[in-house]
Amino acid sequence: MSEPLLSVRDLRAWFFTDQGIAKAVDGVSFEVREGETLGIVGESGCGKTVTSLALLGLLPEPPARLMDGSSVRFRGQELVGADEKQLRALRGNEISMVFQEPMSSLNPVFSVGDQITETLRLHRGMDRRAARAEAVRLLGEVGIPEPARRVDEYPHQLSGGMRQRVMIAMAISCSPKLLIADEPTTALDVTIQAQILELLAELRRTLGMAVLLITHDLGVVAEVCDRVVVMYAGQVVETGTVEDIFVRPAHPYTRGLLGSLPSVGGAGGRLVSIAGTVPSPLHWPDGCRFRARCGLAGDGCEAPQDLVELGAHGRAARCWRART
Amino acid sequence: MTKYLVRRLLGAIPLILGIATIVFFAVNLAPGDPTLYYISPGMTQEVVEQMRVNFGLDEPVHIRYVKWLGAMLTGDFGYSFSHSRPVLDVLADFLPNTLILSACALTVAFLFGIVLGTLQAIRQYSFRDSALSVVLLFFYSMPSFWLALMLILTFSLFARNVWEWPIWFPASGMMSTDYEFLSFGAKVRDRLAHLVLPTTSLACVLTAGIARYMRGSMLEVIRQDYVRTARAKGLSERVVVFKHALRNALLPIITLLGLFIPVLFSGTIFIETIFAWPGMGRTIYEAILTRDYPVVMAGSFFFATMVVVANLLADVLYAWVDPRIRYE
Repeated sequence: MSEPLLSVRDLRAWFFTDQGIAKAVDGVSFEVREGETLGIVGESGCGKTVTSLALLGLLPEPPARLMDGSSVRFRGQELVGADEKQLRALRGNEISMVFQEPMSSLNPVFSVGDQITETLRLHRGMDRRAARAEAVRLLGEVGIPEPARRVDEYPHQLSGGMRQRVMIAMAISCSPKLLIADEPTTALDVTIQAQILELLAELRRTLGMAVLLITHDLGVVAEVCDRVVVMYAGQVVETGTVEDIFVRPAHPYTRGLLGSLPSVGGAGGRLVSIAGTVPSPLHWPDGCRFRARCGLAGDGCEAPQDLVELGAHGRAARCWRART
Repeated sequence: MTKYLVRRLLGAIPLILGIATIVFFAVNLAPGDPTLYYISPGMTQEVVEQMRVNFGLDEPVHIRYVKWLGAMLTGDFGYSFSHSRPVLDVLADFLPNTLILSACALTVAFLFGIVLGTLQAIRQYSFRDSALSVVLLFFYSMPSFWLALMLILTFSLFARNVWEWPIWFPASGMMSTDYEFLSFGAKVRDRLAHLVLPTTSLACVLTAGIARYMRGSMLEVIRQDYVRTARAKGLSERVVVFKHALRNALLPIITLLGLFIPVLFSGTIFIETIFAWPGMGRTIYEAILTRDYPVVMAGSFFFATMVVVANLLADVLYAWVDPRIRYE
């Protein structure tokens, strides 16, 4: 197989705070292949957003620091420790991001057009007029009606869904190879969510880009992803294709997540949840980090768990029981 | 926008009339009699009475008020007792000088305040941040008249006579005595040199205050999501801070413009007196001493009006910078 587009190896992003060292991301590895959609799933606080920011060197340092041995390779280029200039040339250009909060992710004092043209002029060296024409075209492409009028409007004049479309227009403006979407639909109404997901899937096809979709919503994952990485407590606990994860989940945590999905006409209509809460990144438990919440916890769980390879295609789970 | 401006300007009229009324009564009901200042021993009672009539002080205060207001509305601010000329002529001589000084101080204060506050905020808790905090607190807590004297001592007297520095600044007036014989370029330099010390004295307190506000505002803005978005676009840190963050952080600072103008004007009263700057502040100060009511009233009235105008200007600027506030 050819080299993956993005290859993350043993990524450790620690925060050095007054309360201690928060190991928000603690040895995460995964890869994204050209043109595929990889989902990263997990509860709030499992480190998925920190992972996404760490890829482009966007974590505030200090307090954050990428620990020795962390590696992020994009098209053969090492990004950890790369100088700021190289990273800037990639950001918004070959790798771009869409964030969770469309309400606050756009600058309120600049027009939508200004914010899109800024990227075009920076990375593509377009002049003002060409960039503006391109911005109008992009707004049309992400499904904003009357783009020629909307281009001069300010973020506060647009709805949440429209703002997220603007964010996406901005992100795809330089035809990136990889789009990192951090909870792109979480803040939106359900109907709008579906539209945005559809838009992302369509853009992925037409532009041939890979998408790294970060979400806590398994429904979203099932809908758009090719492969899934499940994260818990700063680590990857299971990886596999969407079928693997949904049909044959190997890790108790993944099973718990799937079990807590509400289903229409489910028995008794009661919501099921995983008992307990995510531990604090300041004090990850010894041994299996999921042990305290795991229904199957037993003798083999006191030891730190390694990812167990399950067959080919990068399928793996961080649980000794998965071996059998 | 035009409609909003017109409405705000119309709204300012009753405000300014109210100010005029308060100024009038505050001055006229204050104890003391202007004529006393001009009486010399041996003057007869008739002469004193005649002087009172000449000053228009023989009538009851409410009649004087109606007359004064009526005259003012036609642009007549009366006759100065001590300058022996129309108040408007006195103002025309001194007001522009004060405006030059204030404008310079304001520009310097906002420029330095904004830059220093930003430099502090982008490296919060660094040595630079703490050092600037201490220095700015020092300037903030120092009375401007004391600073003015220290500046004169250091940069005028000692620099010239004791340390013999190549550069020193004049300590009084707006221009040198030989101003008229200088070439054009030398004239400009002479004027600027005279501006340095009074501007610095006035601007220091304001700079420190503005920097303090700016630091807080910038710290608030720098952790907003849209700043992260700007970084994720691949913009350089300079563009992120000075374009995306600064423009948002400036919003609360604009309000300070309206807030600091009165501080500035009361500052000019000390500073102009110390630096013998022929401006409105010094003129009002002298007019108070000589009980020159018409000058005190007209001067206070103009200062108050300018505060109103500055506040209006701040509101307009706010609307211009923040698209969310476009007054309908």
